[in-house]
Amino acid sequence: MPSEWKPNQQKFGAQYKVLGRDYTTPDLYAKVTGKSKYAEDFRAEGMLFCKLLLSPVPHGRVKRLDLSKALAMPGVKAILTQDDLPAPADSVTDLGVTIKANKQGEKALTMEPLYQGEPILAVAAVDELTAAEAVEKIDIEFEHLPFALDPLDSLRPDGPNPRVEGNVWIKDPPPAAKPGEKPPSPPPPHVGELKWTHDDFAEMRDGRLPMGKPQDEWSFGDVEEGFKAAALVLDETFATPDTSHETLEPRTALAYWQNGKVFVHMGTQSTVQTLASLGRWLNMDPNQIVLISEYTGGGFGSKATGYVFAIIPALLSKKAGAPVMMRISREEELFIGRARPGFQGRMKVGFGKDGRITAVDMYAICNNGPYDAVGDTSASGMIVSLLYQPQAMRWRGVTVLTNTPPRGAQSAPGGMQGIIMMEPVLAKAARQLSLDQVDIRRINCPEGKAPWGPVRDGKRAHSTSAFLKEAFDRGAEQFQWKERIARPKRSGSKVRGVGVSTSGFFAGSTGYDGLFIIRPDGRISIQSGIGNLGTESISDVHRVVAEVLGVPWEKCDVTWGNTSKNLPWTCVSGGSQTTHAMTRAAHAAATDGKKKLQEIAAKTYGGTPEQYEVGNERVYRKSGGKGMTLAQAAQHAIQLGGIYDGHEAPEDVNKYTKASIAALAGQGLIAAAKDKYSHDGQTFSYVASFAEVEVDLETGKYYITDFLAVADVGTVIHPKALGGQVLGRSTLGIGHAIGQKWVFDPQYGHMMSRRFYYTKPPSILDTPVNMQWAALDIPDPETPVGARGIGEPPVGGGCGAILNALSDALGDEIYRRAPVNLDTILTSLEAGRPMQDPLTAFI
Amino acid sequence: MDDKIDNVLDEVARGISRRSFIKGVICGGAAVSSAGYLFRASSLFGQPGGTGDRLITINVNGQQRRVDVMKQETLAWTLRYKLGLTGTKLGCDRAECGACTVLIDDVPHYSCSVLTHTVRSKKVLTIEGLASADGTLHPVQQGVIDEQGFQCAFCMSGFIMSAVGFLKTNPNPTRAELAHGISGNLCRCQDYDKILTAMMRGAENLRKGNFHA
Repeated sequence: MPSEWKPNQQKFGAQYKVLGRDYTTPDLYAKVTGKSKYAEDFRAEGMLFCKLLLSPVPHGRVKRLDLSKALAMPGVKAILTQDDLPAPADSVTDLGVTIKANKQGEKALTMEPLYQGEPILAVAAVDELTAAEAVEKIDIEFEHLPFALDPLDSLRPDGPNPRVEGNVWIKDPPPAAKPGEKPPSPPPPHVGELKWTHDDFAEMRDGRLPMGKPQDEWSFGDVEEGFKAAALVLDETFATPDTSHETLEPRTALAYWQNGKVFVHMGTQSTVQTLASLGRWLNMDPNQIVLISEYTGGGFGSKATGYVFAIIPALLSKKAGAPVMMRISREEELFIGRARPGFQGRMKVGFGKDGRITAVDMYAICNNGPYDAVGDTSASGMIVSLLYQPQAMRWRGVTVLTNTPPRGAQSAPGGMQGIIMMEPVLAKAARQLSLDQVDIRRINCPEGKAPWGPVRDGKRAHSTSAFLKEAFDRGAEQFQWKERIARPKRSGSKVRGVGVSTSGFFAGSTGYDGLFIIRPDGRISIQSGIGNLGTESISDVHRVVAEVLGVPWEKCDVTWGNTSKNLPWTCVSGGSQTTHAMTRAAHAAATDGKKKLQEIAAKTYGGTPEQYEVGNERVYRKSGGKGMTLAQAAQHAIQLGGIYDGHEAPEDVNKYTKASIAALAGQGLIAAAKDKYSHDGQTFSYVASFAEVEVDLETGKYYITDFLAVADVGTVIHPKALGGQVLGRSTLGIGHAIGQKWVFDPQYGHMMSRRFYYTKPPSILDTPVNMQWAALDIPDPETPVGARGIGEPPVGGGCGAILNALSDALGDEIYRRAPVNLDTILTSLEAGRPMQDPLTAFI
Repeated sequence: MDDKIDNVLDEVARGISRRSFIKGVICGGAAVSSAGYLFRASSLFGQPGGTGDRLITINVNGQQRRVDVMKQETLAWTLRYKLGLTGTKLGCDRAECGACTVLIDDVPHYSCSVLTHTVRSKKVLTIEGLASADGTLHPVQQGVIDEQGFQCAFCMSGFIMSAVGFLKTNPNPTRAELAHGISGNLCRCQDYDKILTAMMRGAENLRKGNFHA
């Protein structure tokens, strides 16, 4: 029942002048005219180009290396190997906790590659052809080592280890604290071995996931009692796909040195937070690094705080004494550009007659790649415990190392996998219990201060708020759910199905700084430490400043994307934190600015600050009479000095912000503050997702005809940007349902899905012409502006709604893994049972 | 005189197919497994040109541009690395993503898969040449501004050039028709709904005729 396309016609921001309205973002004109410069668009005088030599083997060791022929080539300027890399430095968190560098962690270059495509060395030459020819002239020989692609292979009693030392990270407990001293930092994790027994694997014969000794587990409530009390218990094994982030901009970087400082141009999600990573990888004081990243061509988690490979051009540039551009090709991007880890998982769920979930027993095996452990395994259980509110739950997980490209956080890391393990079970239960699919999700969904996660210190954590029931209600009405499910499904060889899914994820952090200047010409210069990865949060969040001060947005200028421009301490632009964290920081800074304006007026005209009001670009006595423009107040601030013009900084802002304030001092009224607003609970955002599909039973081909996502994200700040995120991130999830996955050659450990062609993200023709979104616009009570993040929360629902629509159309015996391709459908329909097993990775 | 030489070279260039181009690259020993992007330094970098460079004239954004071009050089390389027109992006360099789309004689082409030597008698239009000289945006560019189209925008110039080309043949498309018209372009932020809305607005702007085109 494809309905007619309609744009979102909701009106937002009724109580605001600036917030909740669309506007033209400050980066858009440059983008639309081709003037915006991404990393690869910069040129530097005498710039060299770099090519990488990539490992041809999934696990090996360089046993012979002769660079002489390459170095003898005219035009070759330098070759970088792991011997040239500085030792990675320890890092100190904001709270003063030292995190020890891990010697077994990922490096920019290695002589012991742990996946095919891992960079071994880098050549800098006058041009790329010369660099590539030099790579070919390098005499290199590898010793082949055993490799493992599938976690279950590696967990077998005699299975291969992906690393010489083992197949999992082992966390040793921190040494005991001495009396009266702070507890010492835990040692970095080390690689060790985890093997299961033959008995553990016995279940595999019946097509069920074996569940041997986990690395981690937690539980709450009485799980056994929950299953006993259940009217229906389902126990399903399911596999989720490994999917590359495939940002359209490959992770190209340019670097050069001037006056002892290194200048790095790269695409990264975060601006301020990337500096610390570069400092750690280069073992340099971040003050000696300048990062330029005004435009980033997509991140989705893969460029959260940059990437270790960006130090290759930096170090090559130092060695060669000239700027170096490292352009990354699409295939290289598939190797080094991160991916969501696939899960092999098992979900046992007990349901009451009314569909209420009485117990969950969940097991997740995460395919991690060879390096640092992702957080997906643990997050999967946390999100399931939140979104489906089971009365009792046990979660167990293992994160297994493999000789496949390194994984990283991808939008809704772990949460997405948890959702798509649960959603098909929930859909099946509703059919068996004759319950409506929307109702079974409503009855299990979080509400208000909803508990989540395990019991810690005697209690469970809770959310700041949740209005997911309202989202389901609104969505069911807008999607005409009742009408759709009442319609006949079959029409000739076509069969239709409708699906609905719960979705959500973490959506905000706290404690960062806001910083802006009211200049003597009356304009507001807002310093933004947020990365510009396309979400428009670089400017969206700062509209709070205009709102609080009563200044037209046209008078505000936003500076971003260059760490030499005195930016404030800012959250990582990832994990859907920014809208929440930085509207809070902007609100804190705006409140500081307002207070300073009132104080300046009181000092000038007498009376107390409270007797003055700020608005209409003025500060004026409430009762009428004396007042001055913001421009005049800025001039007063400069005369007053001290805290008013930045010669003194607030005590509690981050040292990074303090340095920026010191550099900006004297330019006008400087407003700066740390977000110290109270915050009861963990911030999450939620989405109710609806889809209809039409499947051709003769060809297996299916189309998504309709899609709707209703977002519970708190106050809407920028409707068009929000709509883009709600549907864009839903479509990222849809990609997991309809086609994206990794495939390997098991004989040689080579990745076959190395280009867009082979692991294709959805195109505009894969998405319905009729995609719609809506937002509840109910403020979160635990944050001053009421806004929460949106990047991750829709992803699981995008995939879940499609999977559920397919089972509505075709029944429960079609798939046991995502994606569901046309061959999945055709072979399973013919056989009458799911033909792609969930126990093998990469099929 | 130069034009005459260009015409002769153009005849030669017409004979170069993508296939023979790839074979040439392989014979040159430059095709390593992951070497997606390869180009010789041009004289712009102060380096001597590689073998096979020819000084040719191409019409880009209404201007005759003189440029040294290798025989295996793609239009995307020439635009980005020799003419400084970096608004055309390289997302894959293998005709998969469309980020490098430009118009050649009003028809959208993936410039990563067009040899520069083949466009000497043709008109190339890139994103930089779309707005008028006084800065007035093209109606499709204005459509993006009106609707806050696109997120990271790495795909944006390719999408806009595809849409501008498509609208020349179908100025009043339905959403479904326009979606087909721009389906050779990938957006990894998956902002398709908003992109399509922006392009539809662009088409409407174009039909209203308040802009140059």
